[in-house]
Order: sequence, then structure tokens, then C-alpha cells
Amino acid sequence: MNKIFEVPLYPYARVADQDAETPARHSVIVIGAGPVGLAAAIDLAQTGHQVVVLDDNDKVSWGSRAVCYAKRPLEILDRLGCGEPMVDKGVVWNRGRVFYDEREVYDFDLLPEEGHRRPAFINLQQYYFEQHLVDRARALEADGAPIELRGGSRVVSADAADDGVTLEVETPDGPYTVQADWVIACDGAASPVRAMMGLDFVGRVFEDNFLIADVVMEAGFPTERWFWFDPSFNRGQSALLHKQPDNVWRIDLQLGWDIDKDEEKKPENVIPRLKAMLGEDAQFELEWVSIYTFQCRRMEKFRHGRVLFAGDAAHQVSPFGARGANSGLQDTDNLCWKLGLVINGTAPESLLDSYDDERIHGADENILNSTRSTDFITPKSEMSRIFRNAVLDLSEHYAFARPLVNSGRLSVPCVYDGSPLNGVDALEGGPARSRPGAPCPDAPLGNGFLLDQLGGGFQLLSIDADAPEMVELHAITTNRVAVSASDDPSGALADRYLGSASGAVYLIRPDQHVAARWPSYDEAAVKAAITRATGRA
Amino acid sequence: MADLNTAPAIDAPDDLYAELLAMHEGLSKKESDAANARLILILVNQIADRNVLRQAMAAARAPGSESG
Repeated sequence: MNKIFEVPLYPYARVADQDAETPARHSVIVIGAGPVGLAAAIDLAQTGHQVVVLDDNDKVSWGSRAVCYAKRPLEILDRLGCGEPMVDKGVVWNRGRVFYDEREVYDFDLLPEEGHRRPAFINLQQYYFEQHLVDRARALEADGAPIELRGGSRVVSADAADDGVTLEVETPDGPYTVQADWVIACDGAASPVRAMMGLDFVGRVFEDNFLIADVVMEAGFPTERWFWFDPSFNRGQSALLHKQPDNVWRIDLQLGWDIDKDEEKKPENVIPRLKAMLGEDAQFELEWVSIYTFQCRRMEKFRHGRVLFAGDAAHQVSPFGARGANSGLQDTDNLCWKLGLVINGTAPESLLDSYDDERIHGADENILNSTRSTDFITPKSEMSRIFRNAVLDLSEHYAFARPLVNSGRLSVPCVYDGSPLNGVDALEGGPARSRPGAPCPDAPLGNGFLLDQLGGGFQLLSIDADAPEMVELHAITTNRVAVSASDDPSGALADRYLGSASGAVYLIRPDQHVAARWPSYDEAAVKAAITRATGRA
Repeated sequence: MADLNTAPAIDAPDDLYAELLAMHEGLSKKESDAANARLILILVNQIADRNVLRQAMAAARAPGSESG
């Protein structure tokens, strides 16, 4: 049987647009059918927006690539209707273990509290991740949602005007021209669209190379993230091991700067490195090998008129912390509801500028964290190596040093503090973790979980407080989700949303971030917050 | 907010200084560098006050404090 990444899932097929006398015009064109592009298309299509996805390929990608998907993106996938198959297929893990030289120095739990539907992380080969997204897109299409995947369709020029974008698309049958009111460019780190538009992409290149190998083997390692500093099998460098589904293990070996990439990728050079790590007698098969050099950089702005950049096309980070694909999914989570309102005419176009404000804030946080991890993992001076090793030595014996060990600060969603969309925080005694700008923390609710009740529109979450069932404003409907602290005997709901308050009313955005909160319902205040959260204030 | 104390605060300074040097006895330069780094990290955690530590780092880096 062919592997999933060998099967054309969205093969090229001729479309009517290619025979149109005047270019066809679509509401939204997404460029790139990777994890971020597919998530964007599903998000828009499931709220009824017409979307066409163009990709020069016709298959899911080869290799584990992004591999680690964090809790918040899994919650976003739940909203997109495909979280469950991913978590079912994925390898769930919460624990990381750190080794230094020959010794295990400590371990850590990434989700030390109960009461969340989703785990801290799953590991899943990117091809499965993309396959589940394609399946979801196909299911929406079968239900009549206006979503179309066009493989074998390479965008070769992009002409952005004030009122739309004209694209030229190369296909096996030759080129055609097509137009869109809006374009979302999710075409990866080397983004051809970014280059066509002559846009900047500056930042820092790290002088290092990493060998990534997907290895098929029967092995007894636990389902944990194992990270080695300076191990005997890769002296002076680092190593990382992750378990994936189907007995595929992901291994990252730091190689240093001065290497011959083509030589290092050859199986006769890769296999001895892996045997040094796994043991001379280890039986394994190589599924995928790649070498990467990474950069930390972002575009100055993610919105360029009618063209919006998301994922690696807009920003790149070092891989430590799993902040690449995870942040890309948070980009489209942030963008799609805003674009939907603008398309519907229920919010001003300027609402999209808040995508820049909020996601650049997120990108900067990710770049800062991953740069610091990189500096810890690969000390750039003698003194930074001395301190790094001192931290590792101490961490084996003393708890105080463990928070200083930085083998990657694993992806957590950012709080949009200071966002122009944030309303008031009038809830005295309210917990900081659910302040305006924060993503809603999950909590148990009856037999299920809170986030499953929030869905993807504006919501008024009332906890032991009165509120109307619905608020209509600017042709946007905000529905009430009424809960009580007594719905969660564990107390997590009260702890995460009430703090010392006895009741609360939260205005929640469609991306499940808090817009504003109060101790009780106040119509004028709620309407002012909706006005602000939709970019009208 | 606490400030860095730069007034003499150590009882029996000669004894303390001797203990500090004794910590390095028999160590190579490399081992001493490692021990110093560990000591700094232990003390940093003990002090914990970011403002005091910032002032201490600034004092340690200030011109005139480095003889060679």
C-alpha cells in the first residue's frame, strides 16, 4: 500500500475558471495547502465564506516536520471540527525529560493541572495532520460548503490592488488568471507570494544544522519528550527524541555549522549516528531524513491591503518549543473571524489591522522564546557555556535551577495584552489568566468541557449571573452561554473564571479569547465592548 | 523595593575571604570557572530580588571595577 504522503489527495483537475473569458472572481483565495492554509480555508468555509485553496503540489507533505501540536491549537482544531481524529491518532504526552552528559537531570510536567479536555501536546506526523484537515475540508465540501482545493496550481504572479488581488496560476494545462477579494498567503517560509510582492523578511540566521530523522522501530522508550545536552553519542551537541504514531520515532541531532549537508543526509552517514544513540543492535528503518538550518525572523507587517500572510510565510522561529505550526494555527484562528465580519460588511476593514497588532505580538513572543532556547542549547560564548553547564549540573540536585534549564519553552498561546480590541476588566478579584486578551482556559462543565460550549461566534459567558439570551448589535449576534460554578464540582471553573468574585459575565470573541469581563450584566458596557472588539471604536 | 547593600556587611571578612579561596583549592581553571558559575547561580536564587540583582550586575560591570 502506498503511504499517505505518496497519494495525490487533491490531484490537478481542470476548472471552469480556466475557460472563463473574463477572470473569475472569488471571495477568498488561500495560497498553500499546508496545515495553516487548510485551517484557514476550513475556518472560513464552515462559516459560509467562499474559499479556493491553490497549491502547486497535490499531496500531503513528506516527513514528520512540525510533529508537536500543543493544547491550544488542538482546541482550535476542535472548533474546526477535526480535533478528535487528530488526538485519537496522535501520541499524547505531557512529560519532558532532560539529560546532561550521561545523567538524567530532571523531568517536568507541561500540564500540571486537571480539568482540560485536551492534553499539553500530541505528536503526529505532519502528513497525518494535513490528511485530517483535507478530510475535514472534503466533508465540508460534501455538505455543500463553498470550499475548493486545487492541486497542481502554482501561483506565479500576484497583483494586489485596493479592492482585490489578481493572480496568475500555472497548471499542467497552462496558465490562467483568477481574482479574489482577499488572499491569505500560507505558502511557507520561502513564500513565493512574499517575494512576488517584494516584501521584507528580516531576522537572525542561526549558524547551526540539525539532522532530523524519522525512524521506524519497535522501542521501549516512554511517551515523553527526551532532550540531551552534550550526550556521549553526540558530544558537544544536543539531541531530541519524540515518539510518533505507527512506531515512528522522530530524532533531531544537532550537527554544528561547518558540515556538508548532502554528505550528512546519506544513509551511510546517518545510520552510524543513529546507532551511536540507539545502540549497535538497534533494528530500525529510515522513513525520512532532512537537514535544517533555522532562522528567527518575521515580516514587518502581516497585512498588506487585501493580502494577509499567515504561518511560516509571515514569521519563522527556531524549532525548540514547537512554535511554528502551532503559532500558524493561532494566526488563522485570529484572522478568519475578522475577515468573515469584514466580508459580511458587519465590521470595518480596519478590524484586520488588529490581526497585525495581535499576531505580531504573538510572533515576537515566539521569536523571543525560541531565540533564548537556542542560546541556551547552543551557547555562543565560553562564558555562556560555563553558565549553561552550571545550570545543568545544579538542576540534577537542586529544584531552584530547573526552571533555568531551557531545552525549548513549549508553545503556549499568547495573551493579547494591550490589544486595541480589548475592553474593560471590571471583574474585581478575577483571575489574571482569564483577563481581557487571554485565551479562555478550558474547564470541566457537567459531563463535558467549557470550550465545547463556546463555539465560534461572539458569546456572552455568564457564570452565576443574569444576562439576556442574546444581544444584537451591528448585525452581529452575541449568544449567551449560561453556566454555574456548581456545574464543576472540581472547582476549576470558579478558580479559572471567578477568582474571589461570586459571579461574572465575560464577552468572548469568536477565537475564544476574552474581550472584556464584568461582575454582572450591564447592557451599555457589553455593547461598548462588542463595538470595540469588532474594530468600531 | 530593596536596594543593593554596598556597605560592609560581613562579619570576620578575612575568614570569609579565605573560605572563598578554599572553595577553589585544588581545582583547575576550568573547574574553578564552573564552581564560580554554580556559586553565582546559587546566590542569585538566594537573593532573588530582581532589582538588587540588577544593581549588583551593574556594579560588577562598572568601569573601574575591572583591573585588567
